[in-house]
Amino acid sequence: MRTVTVVGASLAGLYAARELRAQGFDGRLVIVGEEQHRPYDRPPLSKDFLSGKASESDLALSDDEETLELGAEWMFGVRARGLDARGRTVLLDNGRTVSTDGLVIATGARARRLPGPQLPGVHTLRTLDEARALRADLHRGTRRVVVIGGGFIGAETASSCAAMGHDVTVVEAAPLPLLGQLGPEMAAVCARLHERGGVRLVTGTGVAAIEGGTRVTGVRLTDGRLFPADVVVVGIGATPTTEWLAGSTLAVHDGVLCDDGCVTSLPQVVAVGDVARVGGVRAEHWTSATAQPRVAVRNLLAGHTVEHVRPLPYFWSDQYGSRLQFAGRREQGDVPRIVEGSTEEGGFLAVYERDARTTAVLALDRPRPFTRLRRELARADAQSTTMPSAPASAATPEPTPAPAPAPASAAPAAVAV
Amino acid sequence: MIPVCRLEELPEGESVRVDVEPPIAVFHTDGELYAIDDTCTHQDASLSEGFLEGCLVECPLHEASFDLRTGVPTCLPARRPVRTHRVTVDDGMIHVHRSEKENAAA
Ligand code: FES
Repeated sequence: MRTVTVVGASLAGLYAARELRAQGFDGRLVIVGEEQHRPYDRPPLSKDFLSGKASESDLALSDDEETLELGAEWMFGVRARGLDARGRTVLLDNGRTVSTDGLVIATGARARRLPGPQLPGVHTLRTLDEARALRADLHRGTRRVVVIGGGFIGAETASSCAAMGHDVTVVEAAPLPLLGQLGPEMAAVCARLHERGGVRLVTGTGVAAIEGGTRVTGVRLTDGRLFPADVVVVGIGATPTTEWLAGSTLAVHDGVLCDDGCVTSLPQVVAVGDVARVGGVRAEHWTSATAQPRVAVRNLLAGHTVEHVRPLPYFWSDQYGSRLQFAGRREQGDVPRIVEGSTEEGGFLAVYERDARTTAVLALDRPRPFTRLRRELARADAQSTTMPSAPASAATPEPTPAPAPAPASAAPAAVAV
Repeated sequence: MIPVCRLEELPEGESVRVDVEPPIAVFHTDGELYAIDDTCTHQDASLSEGFLEGCLVECPLHEASFDLRTGVPTCLPARRPVRTHRVTVDDGMIHVHRSEKENAAA
């Protein structure tokens, strides 16, 4: 392989580039990034960056020295707009093309928006540019903020806004925020954090309309209520960035379909991070984006799938001065049990159980015992999954299930772990 | 010289956070005492709450691992070392001698 192109210059793309060099690829390395910025870390955008505690330089994922060491050709502010059928030519929106022997797809996902015109004052929060715009709006004095969506981005944004002294309302369509991730018992516990932070939580109702003229003035709910707003943050999830693959032969179905080793239906094309549906699962987790590249690159350089990646799902969230951490493969019906602390105050550690087996662990301000349990879970999980992979369609329930079963694509013929 | 606690209050395999500015983490592992800056160089996490394995401590947030002897991270996402500090035990009392300088390995 003489040239490898990485499309996407965020966390997963950067980690893939690092892995290529670390695993001995010394050919031409091209990295294409849609944003104008060098790779930066997104999780702080809804927290310290918004509040002003962290600056843009604090977000950098890499420094000059490392950038130099990578010896890559970087293209920033350039969007890939097509891939040929063989997966050998990447078309760019600046009119250029890149001929490549290997391809890493790391184009991530875009914040979902509400339909209709985007009024000034209505924000999404996923990129640095979006965070800059929201931050500017929030530093203009005390605001009435309505956050649509009580997921992690929504909760963290609400928490940051409240800490800045704004008047904040969170609107969640489901009966409870994080219901899908945590189950009803623990979602109810975590919902109380909003209250504790002085934020109004409105659940079980959708948004009928964003009201306003030259600027947003309020949010109308489906139950008829109107919440006046100077700033609205829409945190209703993200859509994988795959439009540019429309003309290729790659299978796309809420993400680029890959086998358990991040390899697509073309052996010299791998996908990592938020855009990749790996073995039937697309996980928008920081830890997936950092764990997948090593395996993806190994398989890319080997020319076929020689290793699988199935990290134990792990995510965390900082909100209202507390740190929430979750790890494991929780299924519906798993029963949570508090093993340390209390849900009333001061944090707790909870395990989810099924048939006397621990399936997942959740902690609020209990980092140390959480880490211990997470490692135990990961170890047990690795043991139970070192068998030959199931086809991509045999997915277990996960954070972002496909709207319909994903077709089994490119199930690896041979497996060694 | 910062007093930490009595030696018997920090059994093998345990760590303690010293609330100075910046905070320092003291570990008792493999029969030795080690002190490093408590705040991970990646983001805001307390290494005294990390997972201790031999001379390595794993950050509780994103699993960067630091060598307690040198402060150098052994894996991403941390790239910069934490400072290490000298530890002594005087009459059963653990003390940390804070080093002001950045690590040479930086
Ligand atoms: S904060 Fe320690 S690894 Fe990220």
